[in-house]
Amino acid sequence: MSQTRPEFELGKDLVGLEGLSAETITGILDTAEPFKEISERAIKKVPVLRGKTIVNLFYEPSTRTRISFEFAEKRLGADTVNISSSGSSVVKGETLVDTARNLEAMRIDMVVIRHASSGAASFLADRIPSNVINGGDGQHEHPTQALLDMLTIRDRLGRLEGLKICIIGDIVHSRVARSNIFGLRTLGAEVAVCGPRSLIPVGIEELGVSIFNHVEDAIEWADALNVLRLQLERMQTGFIPSLREYNRVFGVTRARLEKAARDTVILHPGPMNRGVEIDSAVADGPQSVILPQVTNGVAVRMAVLYLLAGGKPGGAEAAKQEIT
Amino acid sequence: MNRPLILRGGRIVDPSQDLDGVADVLVSDGRIEAVGQDIAGPDEAEVLDVSGQVVAPGLIDLHVHLREPGGEGKETIHTGSHAALAGGFTTVWAMPNTDPPIDDPAAVGYLRLAARVARGTQVMPIGAASIGQKGERMTEVGELVKAGAVAVSDDGAPVWDTGLMRRLLEYTQTFGIPVLQHAEDISLAGGVMNEGVVATALGLRGLPNAAESCIVARDIQLAELTGGHLHVCHVSARQSVEQLRLAKEKGLTVTSEVTPHHLILTDEMCRGYNTEAKVNPPLRTEADVEAVAQGLLDGVIDIIATDHAPHTYEEKEQEFDYAPFGINGLETAFGLSMRALVQTGRLTLSGLIDRMSCNPARIMGLEGGALRPGSPADIVVLDPDEKWTVDPTDFRSKSRNTPIAGWELVGRVHRTLVAGEVRFVRD
Repeated sequence: MSQTRPEFELGKDLVGLEGLSAETITGILDTAEPFKEISERAIKKVPVLRGKTIVNLFYEPSTRTRISFEFAEKRLGADTVNISSSGSSVVKGETLVDTARNLEAMRIDMVVIRHASSGAASFLADRIPSNVINGGDGQHEHPTQALLDMLTIRDRLGRLEGLKICIIGDIVHSRVARSNIFGLRTLGAEVAVCGPRSLIPVGIEELGVSIFNHVEDAIEWADALNVLRLQLERMQTGFIPSLREYNRVFGVTRARLEKAARDTVILHPGPMNRGVEIDSAVADGPQSVILPQVTNGVAVRMAVLYLLAGGKPGGAEAAKQEIT
Repeated sequence: MNRPLILRGGRIVDPSQDLDGVADVLVSDGRIEAVGQDIAGPDEAEVLDVSGQVVAPGLIDLHVHLREPGGEGKETIHTGSHAALAGGFTTVWAMPNTDPPIDDPAAVGYLRLAARVARGTQVMPIGAASIGQKGERMTEVGELVKAGAVAVSDDGAPVWDTGLMRRLLEYTQTFGIPVLQHAEDISLAGGVMNEGVVATALGLRGLPNAAESCIVARDIQLAELTGGHLHVCHVSARQSVEQLRLAKEKGLTVTSEVTPHHLILTDEMCRGYNTEAKVNPPLRTEADVEAVAQGLLDGVIDIIATDHAPHTYEEKEQEFDYAPFGINGLETAFGLSMRALVQTGRLTLSGLIDRMSCNPARIMGLEGGALRPGSPADIVVLDPDEKWTVDPTDFRSKSRNTPIAGWELVGRVHRTLVAGEVRFVRD
């Protein structure tokens, strides 16, 4: 990675991939490349965010995303604080904006926010001067997840432009789906969705996405499948009749994969419901990149943190040399 | 009693008698005594020069939320009735979804008393259609009417139970009042903005057109079955207009209203999670805006009503999901309707006055909405050409929630007279 990369503008925050240019998204992915190696070292630390204070403000339960961010922050040398909605002033009725202003008054530099309401990240970003990173807002966006998905596909298939990617499952309620749609389309991939129509949002074709009614057709078509988690709650609220039937009609199984003409790459943002949307034989099989996604998650988040803190894309390589 | 008053030299626009020309208006004892050229009037009469301005029957808004009792942080009868005056309204109908709801005669009496004390616009109370607006048991409609209620409604929520809606449309006929329906199928609801590509991109839950039009279709069937007066509130979906068109063709006693915001704004306004554009029914698409406007022009939709829904800054300054539905409408209604219909050349000023004053009076059998001798002297004096910028900090309303702050509108109210008394003068 010795070629010079074009400079790009990320702005103050990362609230979503919608509206970001192809240069910016590619720039983030390229910046993640040198950071991958840091996590492979015995001493997993570079000092590029030394002295920075970062708050992980999680209004929704999260394991993977929160820990991934925390590792990314710590491996870059930042000081971090985790706040979850239980056991904080949130449960005492403090508004989001007041919580943010109070944190701001303690002189912080960045906030990573996870929130159940769509738009919460941009709401916060518009109201505080700190950098805001969206760690998932309602059903809107989860930009770092899509970035790590894209990085993983690029690792495996060598490119994104011109690829066919299908997202399978509960598209209506998925922020991962939206961020992937915006990001992949900007980078020139073809994107489709597949699932029961009750879980496909109205008007999604107008975002430039095609729809498959049958998972077999999606598997036949796609270079990569991003299989979304199906929440038990969707059955209780009547979107689908049962998880059993979901697995039989839409489950990504080895039998279905074997019928396809090619080896489709399998992604899953986790946590998986084995035996519902994905079978173990697929999740643990040779086409799966589910664990590399998790590994890449840390590198992508390091890149985003580094860039928002003012780091230059070309400097990431140099930053990594700073290790003692 | 006040001195007689002559409004001298204004352009009289009264579509109820096809009047559009310069004349004087003589007012005495709260009523219009004469309209004509060079009225002399009694010696003691006060003369107001209104040349260059339009004199029209006072606007009538059949759908406002004044929030009192229970929501005084948002609006009171006092602030709301003065906001109405500033918007040119001489009569408003107040929805009963207060806390507690207006579901008994004493509450109706309280509203009337508070309105009299406020000396703003005339406030006519709407009674709750069901006890506690729970949609289960009918209120004592007769007692509510006796106390001064002019209609019944569970607005804020629909009368959801089909059987209850039928009974209401039957029972209200004894008292000659309409049932005002907030048409929304609650099992299709649960969204926070219009269902469509904008909601999908924003990740916000959608309210489909069918949530409204299903109930409109159902209620039209019930109006046909019962012969009762159904009035459909705030029509927003093009499919509802199709249903209403059929109802009019059948000659049913079905009337309806559209808000100024549904005549011009679309769901694109919600981008950026703009909670000022969060309203129910939601702002929809261009095709819907076009259809409701055409419905109004064709007479399928009878009137414009604001659905004035004040909310505090703190309530709107939240995540989109948590912010309440509603737009503050009284003080921008005339200018925004001018922009939607008159400036686009689709309707004359007279046609607009018809839909904001004469028609509301006609469909509900009210006394106002005309400048004839003997009519109540409920009058608005306005400048249809004046440009002004919407500045919510100037609102008389206690709240400032509007998605059109900063918009330049044309057409502004200057004076509002209620029963011959000048109750509002713009500085």
